[in-house]
Amino acid sequence: MNETSTRRIVIEPVTRVEGHGKVTILLDEQQQVRQARLHIVEFRGFERFIQGRPFWEAPVLVQRLCGICPVSHHLAAAKAMDRIVGVDRLSPTAEKMRRLMHYGQIFQSHALHFFHLVSPDLLFGFDADPTVRNIVGVARKFPELAKQGVLMRKFGQEVIRATAGKKIHGTGAIPGGVNKNLSIAERDALLEEAEPMLEWSLAALKIARDYTLEHQSELADFAAFPSSHMCLVRPDGGLDLYDGRLRAIDADGEVIFDQLDDQRYSEQIVEEVRSWSYMKFPFIRDLGPEKGWYRVGPLSRMSACESIETPEAEKARREFIDFAGGRPSTLSMAYHWARMIELLHAYEKVIELLDDPDLQGDELLLRGERREEAVGIIEAPRGTLIHHYRVNADDQITMANLIVSTTHNNEPMNRAVTGVARRYLSGATITEGLLNRVEVAIRAYDPCLSCATHAMGQMPLVVTLVGPDGEVIDRRSRP
Amino acid sequence: MSKPAIATTSLAGCFGCHMSILDIDARILELIDLVDFDKSPIDDIKRFSRTCKVGLVEGGCCNEENVEVLREFRRHCEILVSLGDCAIMGGIPAMRNMVPLEECLDEAYRSGPTVYNPSGEIPGDPEIPLLLNKVYPAHEVVKIDYHLPGCPPPAETIWQALVALLEGRPLDLPYELIKYD
Repeated sequence: MNETSTRRIVIEPVTRVEGHGKVTILLDEQQQVRQARLHIVEFRGFERFIQGRPFWEAPVLVQRLCGICPVSHHLAAAKAMDRIVGVDRLSPTAEKMRRLMHYGQIFQSHALHFFHLVSPDLLFGFDADPTVRNIVGVARKFPELAKQGVLMRKFGQEVIRATAGKKIHGTGAIPGGVNKNLSIAERDALLEEAEPMLEWSLAALKIARDYTLEHQSELADFAAFPSSHMCLVRPDGGLDLYDGRLRAIDADGEVIFDQLDDQRYSEQIVEEVRSWSYMKFPFIRDLGPEKGWYRVGPLSRMSACESIETPEAEKARREFIDFAGGRPSTLSMAYHWARMIELLHAYEKVIELLDDPDLQGDELLLRGERREEAVGIIEAPRGTLIHHYRVNADDQITMANLIVSTTHNNEPMNRAVTGVARRYLSGATITEGLLNRVEVAIRAYDPCLSCATHAMGQMPLVVTLVGPDGEVIDRRSRP
Repeated sequence: MSKPAIATTSLAGCFGCHMSILDIDARILELIDLVDFDKSPIDDIKRFSRTCKVGLVEGGCCNEENVEVLREFRRHCEILVSLGDCAIMGGIPAMRNMVPLEECLDEAYRSGPTVYNPSGEIPGDPEIPLLLNKVYPAHEVVKIDYHLPGCPPPAETIWQALVALLEGRPLDLPYELIKYD
């Protein structure tokens, strides 16, 4: 089969899928799974077409990579542009407004993922009918829980609106600071709405925790594997989602690098290009592409940080660490538990910040000596997000490099799918059960394939089984 | 009588318009009583099972697959709506129309500061779709019945438009709900 005819088969309506993500399982001569590939099928080209634009546009322009967590891109770009305008430390009002925006974002994004996307898998089971196993099904069978999920997401969105001016694609962060503070009226409205959120956050955490504990043995055999982990940490090793220095640990919890200045990320991180996906594969330079891959996101943050500054989340983190035996967790499915610890942490930080009178301060913007190059790194809901820019004397962007959270998890997601395929593929037929489990494994990483290819994505819709000679043995998609 | 169905899709968009649909908040629970979601990322149903009353399209077309999906939406939806600036005019992704596609690919996969690509190969496996030379707005590919502007359109705009279309009323949105940004 030559390449032209292969390509034609892929685009035929029968085999075509709505797109954005699909999986191929490659078999060896013995009909055993050699490798599974998660293909990311969209490409945008932001790095190139942003060149020539004025630097102050970046925070509002680049956030259009992703409407699910636009605040993350908004803030990562703004952090880089702070340095471009020569500001290493924002005014207290500006930094706290940005943090409030970010914790609101973490809260809404984690609530969205847990309630709207994951709860159907956990509540109905992996093998439930897909026409029921969705948020509409949850709303019918568990109306109170669905309502909580909707209102929790709404609360996070309201925090974003109060700080960014708009729920999606706001404008609050500008190079060197912010363009508004928080009025007393806005603060009081949020405090009122926050009232039931602690109880609901604890309840969501309990669902995720209990699920993991009850299914412990099953999950140990489901997309579980040791890996390195990376995240930002504070100087004392504590969790900080808005700012910090890079730390990477190996599967035993030993440090690979620590307290790496965010401006120097490229000394450690490089990205391999593979022909079958538009999403690149990052790895730690010295360890090479084979051994240097790592995970990011809630599981990695809970594994690599040494403490959380808020009391309820710290209590939950300790229980999580005890469960994992004091080592980095290997379970892909433990991402859900870790994510709900962060939801709780985000709630605690929002409340702490709302009580801070600095939010009503009026020093919003600082300026310093102009620079030509800068990096902004943030812990987005899905993991470490890196923005890197060069700006010329005419204020035009001349280079942009974006390594987004889901991209770091590219190799881990492929390994998760490979693990599931090895465990659940029997014979040469793709069963409904396998299809479900592939989806569930990928969903654990909360992939925002939109960000990752600088395009939007959904679950893989088609799984193809390919023999050693390249022939398609079976293909199955969700009806 | 069975409920009317609606379908939604995100092509070359960012999912922000879908997030704005969810920003109708508790009314989403009302909505699922009024309509069935057919093909939509919100419910994970991937194929059309019937003719839908309303289809909402987020994003323009940047690859051959987007074109295919958009045509499928036109075939299965009585009323097709371009939701948001990307569907209406290509939006931010259409900024690549000012640059040759080859240069965009080169920047991402060859010349970026953290790229590791010894072979210099650009992703082109048969399993990933061909990119179009340019990003096209939805109405340049199929007939579009309504356009709701905004990046994204506010939740209230989407709600009022959807209710009017489902009830068969003409779309007469107040001035304040039409936002361009």
